[in-house]
Amino acid sequence: MRLSIFTVPSKIEAFFIEIGELSLFAARFFKETFSRPFEFKELLRQCYNMGNRSLLLVSVTGFILGLVFTLQSRPTLLDLGVESWIPSMVSISIVREIGPVIIALICVGRISSGIGAELGSMRVTEQIDAMEVSGTNPFKYLVVTRILATTLMVPLLIIFGDAIALLGSAIVEYLKSDMSFLLYFNKVFNALEFSDIFPAIIKTFFFGFAIGLVGTFKGYYCKNGTVGVGEASNTAVVYTSMLVFIIDFIAVFVTDIFSSIS
Amino acid sequence: MEDLKNREPILKIRDLRKSFGTHHVLNGFNLDLFEGESLVVMGKSGSGKTVMIKCIVRLMQPDSGSIELMGKDITRIDHEEMDILRTKIGFLFQGSALYDSMTVRENLEFPLRIHKEKYDQKDKLVKEALESVGLLGAIDLMPNELSGGMKRRIALARAIILHPKIIIYDEPTTGLDPITAKEIVELMKEIQIKYGSSSLIITHDVDCARVISNRMILLIEGVNYVEGTFKELVSSEDKKIKAFFK
Repeated sequence: MRLSIFTVPSKIEAFFIEIGELSLFAARFFKETFSRPFEFKELLRQCYNMGNRSLLLVSVTGFILGLVFTLQSRPTLLDLGVESWIPSMVSISIVREIGPVIIALICVGRISSGIGAELGSMRVTEQIDAMEVSGTNPFKYLVVTRILATTLMVPLLIIFGDAIALLGSAIVEYLKSDMSFLLYFNKVFNALEFSDIFPAIIKTFFFGFAIGLVGTFKGYYCKNGTVGVGEASNTAVVYTSMLVFIIDFIAVFVTDIFSSIS
Repeated sequence: MEDLKNREPILKIRDLRKSFGTHHVLNGFNLDLFEGESLVVMGKSGSGKTVMIKCIVRLMQPDSGSIELMGKDITRIDHEEMDILRTKIGFLFQGSALYDSMTVRENLEFPLRIHKEKYDQKDKLVKEALESVGLLGAIDLMPNELSGGMKRRIALARAIILHPKIIIYDEPTTGLDPITAKEIVELMKEIQIKYGSSSLIITHDVDCARVISNRMILLIEGVNYVEGTFKELVSSEDKKIKAFFK
């Protein structure tokens, strides 16, 4: 085999092919989202399933996050004599960055892998083919509803997780320095500004979209039987986790540009 | 046979070709399915039987050739038209393909949801289909609570719920014990009589072919090797044909 400087290694080629396929998949999602019939019932069912089943996990993670973050940063702030900054520092860190990223990663493990495995097993057991043969558009019924559900539910889960994290932090402050809950949350809301909350919420919609998109893409085009199902679930988690960090980087970068302009 | 050939086929396949890379699966396959008949297509594993039926319901696109379903060439029609035609076809998948997350009732209601007038009578249609397969009592069970034979029966009930003109069976007895397989074949016969539908059966189960077929096609290397009744084929002296009935 002759190699030239134009020869692209097969793994890089496969990577770019996959990016291309994912883009086409996303384009099809947008096209199908706005065409009839709309699967409202299935969308609601998916929203309920995703929200309800992730709630406990998000609550526990959020609570521990707030608790640990406050406990870890407390000694340093005490040394500096700025203990009263704890509510504002913790709230800004959690709302802007740590909360959305950590809760999104939890949702990646919980939701994206679940979607990948579910659609993957439906593909290998011919359930998706059965849907198509019955005259139903499986892309609309399975893919569009799941991507919309994650886009809507992940932001809600993140907001809820942030609130629980702040509650965890408030409990630590109450136990360690006798700061009342009222005073703690007063300080939190005084510290938080619209420019902290708005960009953080906007990026969570992109996190949700990425979680749904990659999970459904990997599951919908699953191959190689049961081995493929595991692979679909696994790669969905890896790709979506990477995407969450990439989206976060872009969001921070764009927010920074806007804040320096304003 | 002669009587059939004077009629217009409900499904007509001409010169169907399909390849996967350099592997040629179908090399000019032809088929005529007439109203009310049971046509069995037999062939070895990998001979292109499943590819052929997936082309009929457009789960796969053939490379060339024509598939005329009730007078319409499905390789040339749009998605909406194809979806209408699909409602006239019942498809029994090899592994039953019941929707895991739905109950038996929901599985059967699923094909009805795109037909407003039929969806309104869903309870009646679901009960009728389940009665036809003798599993009315399983209506609220989940697929994981059913045995292999029950799953196949429920899948058959789902395939007939819209009273299709053609029922396509992909290896209907594969993976079942001999007694259950026999029951399924009897059920297929009963359903054909009750609904007056045409059946296209893909199988390599000789017993199934013997009981159910009016006519048979042997598919070898992607083409029709021979066509005839079970009796004609079983008494053939051709080595390749004999190999199937050993």
